[in-house]
Amino acid sequence: MNFDNKELKDLLESVRFVYGYDFTDYAEASVKRRIDHFMNTRKITALEKLGKMILHDEKLFEEFIQEVSVTVTEMFRDPVFYKSIRENVLKRLATYPFIKIWIAGCATGEEIYSIAILLQEEGLLNRSVIYATDINQKSLQIAKDGVYPVENMKAYTANYQKAHGKKSFSEYYKAKYNSVMFDKSLKQNIVFAAHNLAVDKSFNEFQLIICRNVLIYFNQKLQNKVINLFYESLCPFGFLGLGNKESLLFTDRKKYFEEIDRKEKIFMKK
Amino acid sequence: MQGITQKYNAIAIGTSAGGLFALSGILDELPAGYPIPIMVVQHRSKDQKDLLEEVLQNKCKIRIKQADEKETIKGGFVYVAPPDYHLLVEADKTFSLSSDEAVRFSRPSIDVLFETAAIVYKDTLAGIILTGASSDGAAGITVIKEYGGLTIAQDPAEAQFPFMPESSIQTKAVQHIWTLSEIKKFLSEISNI
Ligand SMILES: C[S@@+](CC[C@H](N)C(=O)[O-])C[C@H]1O[C@@H](n2cnc3c(N)ncnc32)[C@H](O)[C@@H]1O
Repeated sequence: MNFDNKELKDLLESVRFVYGYDFTDYAEASVKRRIDHFMNTRKITALEKLGKMILHDEKLFEEFIQEVSVTVTEMFRDPVFYKSIRENVLKRLATYPFIKIWIAGCATGEEIYSIAILLQEEGLLNRSVIYATDINQKSLQIAKDGVYPVENMKAYTANYQKAHGKKSFSEYYKAKYNSVMFDKSLKQNIVFAAHNLAVDKSFNEFQLIICRNVLIYFNQKLQNKVINLFYESLCPFGFLGLGNKESLLFTDRKKYFEEIDRKEKIFMKK
Repeated sequence: MQGITQKYNAIAIGTSAGGLFALSGILDELPAGYPIPIMVVQHRSKDQKDLLEEVLQNKCKIRIKQADEKETIKGGFVYVAPPDYHLLVEADKTFSLSSDEAVRFSRPSIDVLFETAAIVYKDTLAGIILTGASSDGAAGITVIKEYGGLTIAQDPAEAQFPFMPESSIQTKAVQHIWTLSEIKKFLSEISNI
């Protein structure tokens, strides 16, 4: 699984050139593992061969994106984070007449519906707009549909309760066969869009940006760039929520943010 | 333990059931300034937070810390993989974390740490498999061997859960089958090379 570094670089460069997806500043060990996994499952033996294949076969490239952009997610992942968002952030956002939220790297959408539920319970959903973005089109489509496997609901219900949910979780969805569909009212103010944090610019100003478990896949340089992008996209005193293991520690903007919840990685733009 | 003259720049340890006891058994007497960085994957539940580090720290002199994303790997520390994330070693000797799918039902996975560490530390890595009830680590120990590193398994006769060291030994990639006290002696000797 150790690739020749030059060959790997060449592959990522040509992917960038042909498809506009830039993985060159992703954390290398992790990208290598994903590519190795992709090659193993498809019995592709050499990196060079993989390069030729994905550059000529758009469908295969889509599958490649699926593999390289880790899609793992869940509802109310790290429940204490959501509890803290409710108590420390939404209470303050309630003073705004209109609330704009950006969920970057939303994957298949479980995180979006979790935030929408919080907003609903705090009476803020009607005056909020959630911009939900990801580079992975296939994931975005699943997010839009809002249909998830019923077998996940037990774990999500437990998470919801730990996040101090106010209702019975099953009120938010309808079960049909082996799937559940989340209530349409949750979706009313969500805008889904493709956005690539590695190459695209800021597109609005937000009171809250949530980007969890995305930065860990980037190298320091790209992390820094993305934190700058978030800084520019936040209004004064806007909030930033990162993943449990992510921090501003190694970024230039560290001093421009105040810690609101140290453990849950919630920050406020100074 | 004569004949070990190789210099080691990193030690990777993998364990699951029974691991806490085994880990404190080999780490408890290491001095605070132990020069070789030690990286540990202990299978753990994701609700556990920092409990493992705290309990281990109470028994050890060397600093025990949960590995942070992008942290530089240094001597004087035992780095423990956080619950629910894979721990990976990058070429510039920093850590990265990943929440991609579980490997052999585990996240963190021993295989992931061992494989990425082997690529970076090559023949200066020593990999150790301790007690456990899973076969995680067997693929990783093979990769360490391929890259010229040293491979050690706890003697299954002594291990609280022998399945994990046995699985590694079955790959034929394990060079030494040692008891905890022999592993402990090894750790102390290689720090003087
Ligand atoms: C592990 S998921 C995290 C999902 C969710 N935020 C959570 O914490 O559960 C990582 C997501 O980041 C997305 N991603 C990776 N690189 C990206 C980029 N350059 N721009 C935007 N999204 C990206 C992936 O497609 C994937 O959906």
